[in-house]
Amino acid sequence: MTEMRSPEFFASVPDPQGRFGPYGGKFVAETLMTALADLEALYRDLSKDPDFQREFDTDLAHYVGRPSPLYEAARISDEIGGARIFLKREDLNHTGAHKVNNTIGQALLAKHMGKKRVIAETGAGQHGVASATVAARLGLECHVFMGAEDVKRQALNVYRMKLLGAEVVPVTSGSRTLKDAMNEALRDWVTYVDSTFYIIGTVAGPHPYPMLVRDFQSVIGREARRQCLERNGRLPDALVACVGGGSNAIGLFHPFLPDEGVAMYGVEAGGHGVETGEHAAPLSAGTPGVLHGNRTYLMQDENGQILHTHSVSAGLDYPGVGPEHAWLKDIGRVQYVSANDDEALAAFHRWTRMEGIMPALETAHALAYAERLAADMSPEQHIVVNLSGRGDKDILTVAAIDGIEL
Amino acid sequence: MTRLTSCFERLKNEGRKAVIPYIVAGDPSRFGTVPLMHRLVDAGADIVELGVPFSDPMSEGPVIQKGHERALDNGISLRDVLGMVADFRQHDSSTPVVVMGYANPVERMGYASFATACAEVGVDGLITVDLPPEEVDSLRDQLELVGIDNIFLISPTTPEPRIKTIVQSASGFIYYVAVKGVTGAGHLDTADVASYMTKIKEATTLPVCVGFGIKDAASAGAVAGVADGAVVGSALIDTMAQTIANGGSEELATDNAISLLKSIRNGVDNVPTGV
Ligand SMILES: Cc1ncc(COP(=O)(O)O)c(C=O)c1O
Repeated sequence: MTEMRSPEFFASVPDPQGRFGPYGGKFVAETLMTALADLEALYRDLSKDPDFQREFDTDLAHYVGRPSPLYEAARISDEIGGARIFLKREDLNHTGAHKVNNTIGQALLAKHMGKKRVIAETGAGQHGVASATVAARLGLECHVFMGAEDVKRQALNVYRMKLLGAEVVPVTSGSRTLKDAMNEALRDWVTYVDSTFYIIGTVAGPHPYPMLVRDFQSVIGREARRQCLERNGRLPDALVACVGGGSNAIGLFHPFLPDEGVAMYGVEAGGHGVETGEHAAPLSAGTPGVLHGNRTYLMQDENGQILHTHSVSAGLDYPGVGPEHAWLKDIGRVQYVSANDDEALAAFHRWTRMEGIMPALETAHALAYAERLAADMSPEQHIVVNLSGRGDKDILTVAAIDGIEL
Repeated sequence: MTRLTSCFERLKNEGRKAVIPYIVAGDPSRFGTVPLMHRLVDAGADIVELGVPFSDPMSEGPVIQKGHERALDNGISLRDVLGMVADFRQHDSSTPVVVMGYANPVERMGYASFATACAEVGVDGLITVDLPPEEVDSLRDQLELVGIDNIFLISPTTPEPRIKTIVQSASGFIYYVAVKGVTGAGHLDTADVASYMTKIKEATTLPVCVGFGIKDAASAGAVAGVADGAVVGSALIDTMAQTIANGGSEELATDNAISLLKSIRNGVDNVPTGV
């Protein structure tokens, strides 16, 4: 097994068909197949092109503000009395979440393809904001598809996107959340495929998206690994990240995959509790199937219809998950766990009050689990949590839940 | 010879083009579908395309999306759809039935049991929108074992070398998606269709039917002038939905859909052959 878990082993996915073991692939209508092939060919060339890498790194340094710090949450770690918890501060990125790492990369691809129009789907609105931001900077027309339900609960981000010059398209079909926003973005892409670049916001969708989003987000893990070695002289014992589609998680995990001593936990949205069926935890409670261009774990019924999901956090409210996570689950490299709405809300308040860091509700799921995990570990051990985003966007939701009118 | 092959052969001998209505199984009601299929055949349909409702129909425009939603509200599953084909076959053993849908319900049922069930109930062909040639192999193998055609889509974005690969593994007929876009989009350009059709015809002797963007006798007639058949979906489904929305009965909705199909049949037949 050790031999199989070499860096080469993890670098072997996706294969040329875009498969991660049985997962991934290109399950889309014929009209999109050529666009995907073009994107794949361009990315294959550019990812080996030092000029492109330099352009990407320069933007990350001067526009996003990387490297993001690795911060030791001393007060909470002391109180728990278990493992020390370190936060990889993606909340300090420009636009307030990890999402921008990926939109910078894809915007560069759009520029190289000469596309003048970009589209994006968004749940929490962070990816929408990050897409609108790079579009503003490059002078591209930008349309963001967002479930009507999410337009309501992420009103602040909707206004941010509009200020940035993007058109926000509320999606009223199906469950009116992220899944339906992605359907609508795919419909738009099929219609305007010649002029349009689709900036997918997570490690889902058809090949090559899960691969290129992973590559762009892996800067998180590369920095964290180096920062751990510099600061602590060793690698951490565990990594924790929330999993919606899985981009912040894969970004942190990927560079550590061959490091056998590093345990990894992907935290899905438990909603009202995985046992209630009202959740968004396909890896914890789903079955393999095909949606949005790839084969992966899904929340679905016995007839293959996709189920409605529930999570307090719009960014995790998705019935699927990136195909690489499906594979990492099956091979046992990453443990997928869950945190419920109430645990996430409690963590939101605790971390805000005790560390002065207000996490996004998505991120709060990772923090809630990290607290549990740390308590079972010893003070010599280290946990790195991906602090994927800041919580400003969520204050209206939190206030409403707490019965406060602003 | 399969039902599809003999259907196209007969049409060719008669110098006619195929009229292929698409309806969503279970829309507007569970028990209306099989009678509707028979009436469509009586009104001139050569092949019936039966849509399998799916929660996330990514290639459909708003009209067919709503059809899927209504069918799901009526509790229709893939097994129910196959049951409808079985019922249809009790009174019609000659009209080909093509099932069209998305991959996940088929994946969930399992490729082998799906193929076996299709053969048992009398399905002739399958179109799976999100199973392009790159992903369809294992399903197609199962279908081949039981003699069911896997029908491939070709679109205006499919480059010529890819057309050649696609037609190599195709059988039944080729479905040319005439517009870049979702179903029900309204900008079919007949000249474009004609020139693209030439490229497909150079690559295969299989019949080529055109769908997406055909909504009336005129557009169907224009397409029939350059292709072997015309698929009409959104227009029929919209006609039924509008009738019901305006307080009409399901019977009236069906009557209106049937008149539309008849006029499309006329539009297709009035085209002089050899154009
Ligand atoms: C701050 C934050 N974290 C996490 C996520 C979940 O996405 P992913 O799993 O792709 O990281 C989102 C999505 O909107 C987000 O805004």
